[in-house]
Amino acid sequence: MSRRTTAPTQPWLKPGVFAGAIVPLLALLVRARGGDLGANPIAEALNELGLMALVFLLASLACTPLKALFGWVWPIRLRRMLGLFAFFYAFLHALTYAALDQRWNLRAVLTDVTKRGFIALGFVAFLLLSPLAATSSAFAVRRLGFVRWKRLHRLTYVAGVLAVLHFLWRVKLDLSEPLVYSFTLALLFVARLFAGPSAFRSPRA
Amino acid sequence: MDEPDSSDLTPEALYPERREFVKNAALFAATSVGVGGTLLSLLGRGHRAGAASDQARLDVAGRSDFSIDEPRTPWADVTAYNNFYEFGVGKGDPAQAAHKLQTRPWTVSIEGEVHKPRVVDIDEVLRLFPLEERVYRMRCVEAWSMVIPWVGLPLAALLKRFEPTSRARYVELTTLLDPTQIPLQRGNLLPWPYVEALRMDEAMHPLTILAAGLYGRVLPNQNGAPLRLVVPWKYGFKGVKSIVKIRLTEEQPATTWNSALPQEYGFYANVNPTVDHPRWSQASERRIGELDRRPTLPFNGYAEQVAGLYAGMDLRRNF
Repeated sequence: MSRRTTAPTQPWLKPGVFAGAIVPLLALLVRARGGDLGANPIAEALNELGLMALVFLLASLACTPLKALFGWVWPIRLRRMLGLFAFFYAFLHALTYAALDQRWNLRAVLTDVTKRGFIALGFVAFLLLSPLAATSSAFAVRRLGFVRWKRLHRLTYVAGVLAVLHFLWRVKLDLSEPLVYSFTLALLFVARLFAGPSAFRSPRA
Repeated sequence: MDEPDSSDLTPEALYPERREFVKNAALFAATSVGVGGTLLSLLGRGHRAGAASDQARLDVAGRSDFSIDEPRTPWADVTAYNNFYEFGVGKGDPAQAAHKLQTRPWTVSIEGEVHKPRVVDIDEVLRLFPLEERVYRMRCVEAWSMVIPWVGLPLAALLKRFEPTSRARYVELTTLLDPTQIPLQRGNLLPWPYVEALRMDEAMHPLTILAAGLYGRVLPNQNGAPLRLVVPWKYGFKGVKSIVKIRLTEEQPATTWNSALPQEYGFYANVNPTVDHPRWSQASERRIGELDRRPTLPFNGYAEQVAGLYAGMDLRRNF
């Protein structure tokens, strides 16, 4: 069977990941409709959306090390979409907090952001992701120039660290779950160091 | 056989494209299911608790005047959204895991500064004192609240029976320590067993009860069966569950959350909207079942009855 050269390779990859990535949101909406989010549905939605934002952020940070370590190209093709999903879930997380948890009481939100360390960290992480989402198009890369664009998008690492600290700090006592994500992030940093900067100069051609 | 050959239906040239389409569709489906399934597995699941009818009825002598007239939090929420770290830190974990706890036979040891120390059987406790219904607000330190129709007895009635000595200034209550039934007690998430304590005047206050039931039924294990403390003007963590020991002391006992994180959880733990938790505001709360937040009331709305206990005390320092 000869593959047509004009057709994209793995045309199922991006749509497949996209469809899978919205599953947690759909599941959340279905459960919310059925009154199936437990006794404290707002807290449940808040926690699930926040966790998804963190998972996608880490997944987007994993693409480059995966390519460097194993020579896979497919993660790079997913990177932008994963990053945008991180922003998408972070946005829904922030919106749930402001609209449902705090009922648009902006004074309470402001007090929280300025007085509570863990909320401030999450807020800054979300702010950092916004310009990255805004400059995710190929057009923006061209406009900024690749070097400047790349420098700007290094903010992802900062956002990743802040997001993990936001999770760690929030927990009452049992740190095991946030620690799993912290170690994953640390591992991704180590992988970058281990693979060496040369591996990340793109494209390798 | 008269079936048409498929070549009659599809021009041969289209075979590879069709096969390619089917293959891509299959890979798309597999990817989306794999990604979606992985993500869902990262999210914890809530658990449903059993029905009220699973629990035996209790003989309730009457409804106490201390009951409040606010809509009650449904049984399903009261029994499926619990903090009982001995059975897991997720809100649904205790409902799932606490059924392993054997609540009969069960004894409670009353000891320390009492004239008549004794180990009493739980059934004797429930026979000795008439059980009343007390509908109380319950405010968790995590800024959510419920309205729960407890069934119980005043702690004061029990303490008086064993005759506290003049040296008794505090009451310390302790949860069962039994890692064979409570596996998480093998770990050191908190210093086990869970211990809470009250000043003597707080313990003797008529609002303070030992609960053995809710909604007229035997307390489900996840709510602290067979006997747990309820102090409605304090944060929920003061309500030590599955009590096996009540010890009267001269010195202020070390209590679990206060020992673990003294800057976050005080010994008194009176509900106080003006003293924030270091990481979150205590000014408002979410009543389970409601969407709007409601303002948190001083002493959880019981100020009239209990504020006098703390006259002259700096409640910012003694939080």
